[in-house]
Amino acid sequence: MSEATLERGLKALKEQIDTPIALFFSSCTHCGMCATACLFYTETENPAYTPINKVEPMRRLWEQEYTLIGRIKKAIGMSKPITDEELEEWQEYCYNACSLCGRCTMVCPVGNDITYMIRKMREGMAAAGHAPEGLIGASKRAVKIGSPMGVKLPALQAQARHAEKDLGMEIPFDVEGAEYMMLMSSMEIMNYPEYMEAVAKIFRQAGKTWTISSEAFEATNSGIQIGSSDIARELVSRVVTAAEKLKVKTVISPECGHAYTAIRWEGPNLIGRKFPFHVKHILEVLDEFRAEGLLKTEGFEEARMTFHDPCQLVRRGGVVEQPRNLLNMVSKDFVEMKDHGIMNWCCGAGGGVSANEDAAELKMQAFKRKKSQLDELNVDTLVTACANCRIQIEEGLEENEMDIPVVGLTEMLAEHLVEDNKTEG
Amino acid sequence: MTAVDFLLWVRGPGLTIASIIFVLGMTLKFFEIFMLGRKKNLAELRGSGVKEGFKTIVTRSGHVDTYSTRHTKFTHIAGWVFHIGMFIAIFLLAPHIEIFKTFLGFGWPALPTPIVDLATVISMITLLAILFHRITNPVLKYLSVGQDYVVWALTFLPLLTGYMAYHHLFFRYEWVLGVHILSVCLLLVFFPFTKLTHAFTLFISRWYNGMMAGEKGVQQ
Ligand code: SF4
Ligand code: SF4
Repeated sequence: MSEATLERGLKALKEQIDTPIALFFSSCTHCGMCATACLFYTETENPAYTPINKVEPMRRLWEQEYTLIGRIKKAIGMSKPITDEELEEWQEYCYNACSLCGRCTMVCPVGNDITYMIRKMREGMAAAGHAPEGLIGASKRAVKIGSPMGVKLPALQAQARHAEKDLGMEIPFDVEGAEYMMLMSSMEIMNYPEYMEAVAKIFRQAGKTWTISSEAFEATNSGIQIGSSDIARELVSRVVTAAEKLKVKTVISPECGHAYTAIRWEGPNLIGRKFPFHVKHILEVLDEFRAEGLLKTEGFEEARMTFHDPCQLVRRGGVVEQPRNLLNMVSKDFVEMKDHGIMNWCCGAGGGVSANEDAAELKMQAFKRKKSQLDELNVDTLVTACANCRIQIEEGLEENEMDIPVVGLTEMLAEHLVEDNKTEG
Repeated sequence: MTAVDFLLWVRGPGLTIASIIFVLGMTLKFFEIFMLGRKKNLAELRGSGVKEGFKTIVTRSGHVDTYSTRHTKFTHIAGWVFHIGMFIAIFLLAPHIEIFKTFLGFGWPALPTPIVDLATVISMITLLAILFHRITNPVLKYLSVGQDYVVWALTFLPLLTGYMAYHHLFFRYEWVLGVHILSVCLLLVFFPFTKLTHAFTLFISRWYNGMMAGEKGVQQ
């Protein structure tokens, strides 16, 4: 993130403008409907948090650079140039008050993919030096240490040894020719060590070969969140290099929403070529096991439960049915939230919000939307499939004095596995 | 200049010039948009997205979000009502169809004039309500810029002057009709350079929105 300047920022932003962006700006009628789709607006009623407003400087740049009228206006000094002060103000709007959740994109009547626009807007913001400190720090750590939270290989290895002792099996590192390569997110390594054990148990039962690369195990991608394609590319390249070296067929994105978007959808576009392997979210893999009859469970959860759809999985990722299929294997009292699936409300902490200290208060305010959804349901347990959502929801529930345990779907499934065959290690 | 001279001018050269500016302006607009291009998506796709794109052109006329539906009822209903009313007023009034016929070489059946008249009145009332909403609703007030009001006026004037001409209100008929046609000329001239372009681009925007979601297997 060296020598970030306004000039670099504008140049980066200009490069982001493509046909869809021009169409979207040409189509927006300022109808204001996107506001009610955005939890940062609904919970604060701050008009500046209206989704389309979050890209206003980009709109002006588009007009000034890519339309005849805009150019004429610029030439005769009738247009307002974009300034550092303005971008500084917009930092709050397009980072603190946006989790890139994608709801606005589904609601805009003229069809603007506003999330796509904000993602691009951040490229200009980061290059201009107007990204939040928290995200700059996370990105630096990700590039230097390999993890946004500073988690190093020994921490992962220690966790693996722990799992090995518990399970009586080896956690496979750097196994060439394994079918699957498992990625982890720092949040899981630090906060949810059960995840690794759960995956190991499930793969043992399914009889599939898998491995973790000691060179690239981190799935989260701060480059995507801050809006720096250079950083994002570097982080994706590490995973690609490791997967190619180990000749795996499939790379598994962990229970982390934006990690999935980063490697599954943005990854190949960042490195400029198709991957020679598949990328799947852990839930997709588990659902395939289920369909093949490789996932055998016993017993059902007693609790009345609901599922929180991570935005990057459903709306931005197309993984909708899989968690439901899996949940129904182990739950008889599963209820849906009112706007579930592709219209589910964000937890409030995605898209880099959780790593951004400036947004600490706002993300708790945004959580109120999830609270309202939960208040309507009266459930005992909330299941989700994203470590980031999970932390935010746990924090939000605690702050609102709501006593609802939050569990990861993979772990819950692992607890119900029929322990019969112990073929794989 | 007499009223008749004025009418003859706007109806003849005036309208022709405005139409030419409209067509050239829209051509330029599309050129400006499509010359930017879009990078090919290299991710392993779940589908081409083409079908979802076309589907979204239709489905986006309604809402998928229960919360937004509840909170944007006015915008939604008013939007529909005024667009339909305006469509009727522009395309289904007999004298208008005559004009289209001279330009296009073919016509279509008209609606009875009293119905078009009613649609015009409803459109105007709705547009006034929309304007009131824009200046009172906090989000709209915040978002709105000068152009939003200019565009509102450009849309409202042809309806108002058309209504006045039809009912022979206030001024000499030739003057009012002339002003009516002039207001249409203004609409045509400003159209390609303001957000009025949404009338065309929104379909392509919706298509891209649905297509990009469809590539990921997201059904709208
Ligand atoms: S909903 Fe769409 S058209 Fe309406 S203000 Fe938002 S971006 Fe513009
Ligand atoms: S992506 Fe989500 S958080 Fe961001 S502006 Fe849109 S609705 Fe709001």
